[in-house]
Amino acid sequence: MKEMDLIVGPRIPEEMLKNERKRFLLPTLFLGAAGILLLISIFLPYWRMTLHAPQYPGGLQIQLYVNQVTGDVDEIDGLNHYIGMRSMKDAAPLERSLSIIMIAGIVLLAVGAIYIHSPVAAFFSFPAFLFPAIFLGDLYFWMRNFGLNLDPKAPLSSSVKPFVPPIVGTGMVGQFKTVATWDIGLYLALLASLLIVIGLYYHRKAYKPLLEARLKGK
Amino acid sequence: MFKSNFSKLALAAGAVGLLLFFLTCGERKGGVQVSGGGDLAAIAEARGLTPADLVAAAKTYMPTGRHDEYYLFGSGGHSGQVLVIGVPSMRLLKVIGVFTPEPWQGWGYSNETREVLKAGSPAGKELNWGDTHHPALSETNGDYDGQFLFINDKANARVAVIDLRDFETKQIIKNPLSMSDHGGTFVTPNTDWVIEGGQYAMPWSGEYAPLDQYKEKYRGMVTFWKFDRAKGRILPEQSFALELPPYWQDLSDAGKLVSDGWIFMNSFNTEMATGGIEEGNPPFEAGASQRDMDYLHVINLNKAAELFRAGKTTKINGFNVLPLSVSAAEGVLTFIPEPKSPHGVDVAPDGNYLVISGKLDPHATVYNFTKIKAAIGSGNFSGKDEFGVPILNFDDVVDAQIELGLGPLHTQFDPNGYAYTSLFLESAIARWTMGGDWTQKHGKEPWTLVDKVSVHYNVGHICTAEGDNVNPDGKYLVSLNKWAVDRFGNVGPLLPQNFQLIDVSDPRGAMQLLYDMPIGVGEPHYAQMIKADKINSWEVYPEVGWNPGTQSKDPNGIMPGQEKVERNGKKVEIWMSAMRSHYNPERVQVNKGDHVIWHITNGERAKDATHGFGLPYYNVNLSLEPGETQTIEFVADQAGVYPFYCTEFCSALHLEMTGYLLVKP
Repeated sequence: MKEMDLIVGPRIPEEMLKNERKRFLLPTLFLGAAGILLLISIFLPYWRMTLHAPQYPGGLQIQLYVNQVTGDVDEIDGLNHYIGMRSMKDAAPLERSLSIIMIAGIVLLAVGAIYIHSPVAAFFSFPAFLFPAIFLGDLYFWMRNFGLNLDPKAPLSSSVKPFVPPIVGTGMVGQFKTVATWDIGLYLALLASLLIVIGLYYHRKAYKPLLEARLKGK
Repeated sequence: MFKSNFSKLALAAGAVGLLLFFLTCGERKGGVQVSGGGDLAAIAEARGLTPADLVAAAKTYMPTGRHDEYYLFGSGGHSGQVLVIGVPSMRLLKVIGVFTPEPWQGWGYSNETREVLKAGSPAGKELNWGDTHHPALSETNGDYDGQFLFINDKANARVAVIDLRDFETKQIIKNPLSMSDHGGTFVTPNTDWVIEGGQYAMPWSGEYAPLDQYKEKYRGMVTFWKFDRAKGRILPEQSFALELPPYWQDLSDAGKLVSDGWIFMNSFNTEMATGGIEEGNPPFEAGASQRDMDYLHVINLNKAAELFRAGKTTKINGFNVLPLSVSAAEGVLTFIPEPKSPHGVDVAPDGNYLVISGKLDPHATVYNFTKIKAAIGSGNFSGKDEFGVPILNFDDVVDAQIELGLGPLHTQFDPNGYAYTSLFLESAIARWTMGGDWTQKHGKEPWTLVDKVSVHYNVGHICTAEGDNVNPDGKYLVSLNKWAVDRFGNVGPLLPQNFQLIDVSDPRGAMQLLYDMPIGVGEPHYAQMIKADKINSWEVYPEVGWNPGTQSKDPNGIMPGQEKVERNGKKVEIWMSAMRSHYNPERVQVNKGDHVIWHITNGERAKDATHGFGLPYYNVNLSLEPGETQTIEFVADQAGVYPFYCTEFCSALHLEMTGYLLVKP
């Protein structure tokens, strides 16, 4: 019971809440907004890659969501088989299947931090804060995994050596210029991280005095 | 700053180029450098180009990547195909395989396409050529809708249906009554009926009858094919024909607006000459040209359809035919004298005027449909022909005869009240004013010749943009010339035909000849020109495993990964996929004598990623467009090893897209 109190932190006295509504509203707003942004980002692409080549005047494009890849997936897979790259369908199967539940959990924790009036709130919102980095790290892992593990028996294996496709910026593969860009979903997630930092700042401002007062009182 | 703006202008507008030419003519130093083009005046001088040539070039030149404003669907003549040409660039966009096998499209090599070709062959014969004459675009309310194209084969009296979603022939239908046709194809304003008029009279049912029984046994015909737009097919059992006197029926046209529901058809050889030059008789060319007048056939199609539905038709060769006696008695068929040996009967956009030109008469004769209808209604006939068909008085129904020149043949229209008529003997196009309500549009003397332009040479049909529907654009005119003589470099004694593009956009100015396009595949007859934005064809087939024959998913279409081979006794069935750059399977093993059924699906979704399938000895080439499934079937009658390969240069590893058919002895 005592440990639980420590984690959850002190409750706000009724009088104080009345008089200093803004002080306690701010962390709630920022952390809540972060959670909402992260939820919205599920429905938006995080990353896209555009391929330019003479015979594709309109270019080819894929959009990466946390749980799916859309766009010219079949066409790019078809082209990738020439250099011995595996199909995109084989990439990140676990991440794709768990991502929605994972983000829901992360968001719940971050929103839960609103009710935790102790430094533990930082731990609760930490996964949400880290999410963009987790996404990019995982993306890099799979790019590396795919790019470095080309089938040595593929038709073009002699001219296209294993490589790590960039997660942002341009690259060249054969006649294809690839342009990787971060997309709206990832920017929302990054914004959510920023909001978490701001939210925690206000959180500290709001609850640290309360916590100190309680410790003193004890 | 000045220079870059200037180069843009100069590139964009040929008119500016012309201005430069005038400014700098003869003054080499003052020539203007156009970026990427050099000195315009110097080039023009070196190539001997006149200012008019430069204007013509500017009006037709299409920079890379730009698309034409119109599609011209031209008959391919005795190539049996249809030509698709961009206007104004006059670039050949496609040759659609219709009556003749066409290897590039795999037309006539797969089960699906052979079935279509076979359906047009009489029992026991496989025809492999046609003489395509008159393409007809499908119409909605008298305006082209860009959905279907029909075309006839004069040589064997056949009609083909082409679906413009994929520019592929879907149906060929053999006329069960006639060996030849000419008055088709034309469509009624909502494409309910496709008209196919006969040409050379003959005994029906393919029977034998000597020529001295010509009047009794020989007959002409016009067939009304019922078209089902949803199915994209002609329905023969819901179609019927009219038995006609053994005159030689010629071109026809469907009425529209006021004349909707009526069909007009020319005839010649109302003399009923039967030739016999070798026996001292007058040859056809003289015998069929004796009378001063032949008969314009006026057909009340609605009435005929009513009688057909009421069961007044009989069956000939299993086909519904309305007997001549019924047509004559019930007012389905009426004749009007027309100047001898006419060729075109063209209904004006208002539906009220019919323009008829006879190659042996220098006039265009204009009939007024309102007067025709009134005369028929009042029963004001001058008599009957020997088959009992009532004849109207020429003077009661003709509004004007305009002397145009020698050998007038065919007429097209523009939106400003001008008509254009080809003059075969004179090798020229005549522009003349229409009368009636059209007079307000052009504000000139009605029914008057206003301009002529020479063409090279012997023009047959002409085609103005959307020039035979209710909303003509005019603008461009293509002259389909039979002879080229000196227009192109020598290519031996067989010369190409010459399509000439003429600018008719300025009704106050002269018509300007812009461009010569040689046609080296056959003798085209008619063409129709449709605004390009009305054509909404597919870029790739809607789904992988698509059967263009049924325009639906083929039960034998597969996705990559579902490939298989099944053997059942002597029957071997193969489901193969084609993807850049391999077939799967690549080794196909059968035994000599096996019956091989081979389905191939192109799994590609990228535009233009077509694969071919060429198989030696067994005479196969397929065109597998993205998503398409085709089936071939043959008996492996000779043991050996047959390398098959992709006949389209599909990818860098196209040569490796191959495999072996191994036929074990």
